[in-house]
Amino acid sequence: MKTLETIKKELKEYDGKNIKIMEVCGTHTSSIFKNGIRSLLSPRIQLISGPGCPVCVTASSYIDRLVEYSLKDNHCVLTFGDMMKVKGSKLTLTEAKAMGGNVKILYSPLGAIKAAMKNPDTQFVFAAVGFETTIPIYALLIEEIIKNNIKNLRIMTSLKTIIPAISYICVNEKKIDAFLCPGHVSVIIGSSVYSEMASKYRKPFVIGGFEGGHIIAAVYEIVRQISNNEYSMKNMYQSAVSSEGNEKAKALIYKYFEAADDYWRGIGIIEGSGLRLKAEYKDFDAGSTSSEDVDITPAGCKCTDVILGRIAPVECPLFGKACTPLNAVGACMVSSEGACGIWYRNCEV
Amino acid sequence: MCVAVPGKIVEINGDTAKVYILGNICETNIKLVSAKIGDYVLIHAGCAIEVLKKDMAEEILSLFNDLEEEQNEDS
Repeated sequence: MKTLETIKKELKEYDGKNIKIMEVCGTHTSSIFKNGIRSLLSPRIQLISGPGCPVCVTASSYIDRLVEYSLKDNHCVLTFGDMMKVKGSKLTLTEAKAMGGNVKILYSPLGAIKAAMKNPDTQFVFAAVGFETTIPIYALLIEEIIKNNIKNLRIMTSLKTIIPAISYICVNEKKIDAFLCPGHVSVIIGSSVYSEMASKYRKPFVIGGFEGGHIIAAVYEIVRQISNNEYSMKNMYQSAVSSEGNEKAKALIYKYFEAADDYWRGIGIIEGSGLRLKAEYKDFDAGSTSSEDVDITPAGCKCTDVILGRIAPVECPLFGKACTPLNAVGACMVSSEGACGIWYRNCEV
Repeated sequence: MCVAVPGKIVEINGDTAKVYILGNICETNIKLVSAKIGDYVLIHAGCAIEVLKKDMAEEILSLFNDLEEEQNEDS
């Protein structure tokens, strides 16, 4: 068996053409730092973060609608903690809460059922943000709302699908040579979709897990494919990812949601890149208008270039100076899964 | 945001299960998977999203094995 030592040596001494690998999952970005993966690679192999954090690509107008909702009498916004510090055009949800807004953090969207049943006089809205990993859980939430005949709980969606975003990058950003595909999104969507992507865009698409060994093996496979002028999908996270993904979860998603154009902070509208509730379930929608969303980019903020993999976070002039996790200018610095936040916590600034 | 952790199912009650995660027992919705007691599942935001198929350490070892085979084929 090829030992880890041999693989590390080969990756460190690689002297072929320059390779830029994009990871599109914040958990991969974190794991790359935690495991010191960059220090194991030749300078000719560059790992760069893509649009792997749903919070970072949520439009500021979406946050504005949540803020407005939280400040209404007898209304309450339920959200994942990551969303609390993301700025809308004026306020974050944390600031709205400080002004008397009603905002509560939940670990699971399903916790919203209990909150709504306990407080029948409050109108709840769940900030339904996320990629395919989380979307089936919103579908479960809708199912529970219907089953329990709950009238005071709706969702405001900003749901993104990863394949249209990767396609956008393949078409518009020419410098990415390969993709380290997101492990947990792939648990739901399966590995087979990336085979089509690999043939269409002639790049390696390798699905990796989150342990150091998983990532090193995935990077090694990408380098091997590129060195041999190959481009194919390879599933290197088979303990969790199957060819077709989680069929139950996919069926549930498409029972309640349908594809729609969606707005990505820093990018704009990407055709068919979001999911919205189907017309027959619109009663559960608290005003999601993702394709009409707009965004305000703060002066000097380079989140767009970071999200599209044009620059590393440290290349932004605001990074670590005007923009830090305690006083984030751009959304990528706010979230624990945002590229800038992860780089800040792991780099010497 | 797509963070998920593995845990072992110790009890099942309809659509929910008690899952052992790093010394804690957590209640988890298992409607998205077909799981039985003793299975390891991947949990995200209070829901099991997949039943894990093999041991993670075993998987990493087999990855290295595959890589060697591929490289032997290349050369």
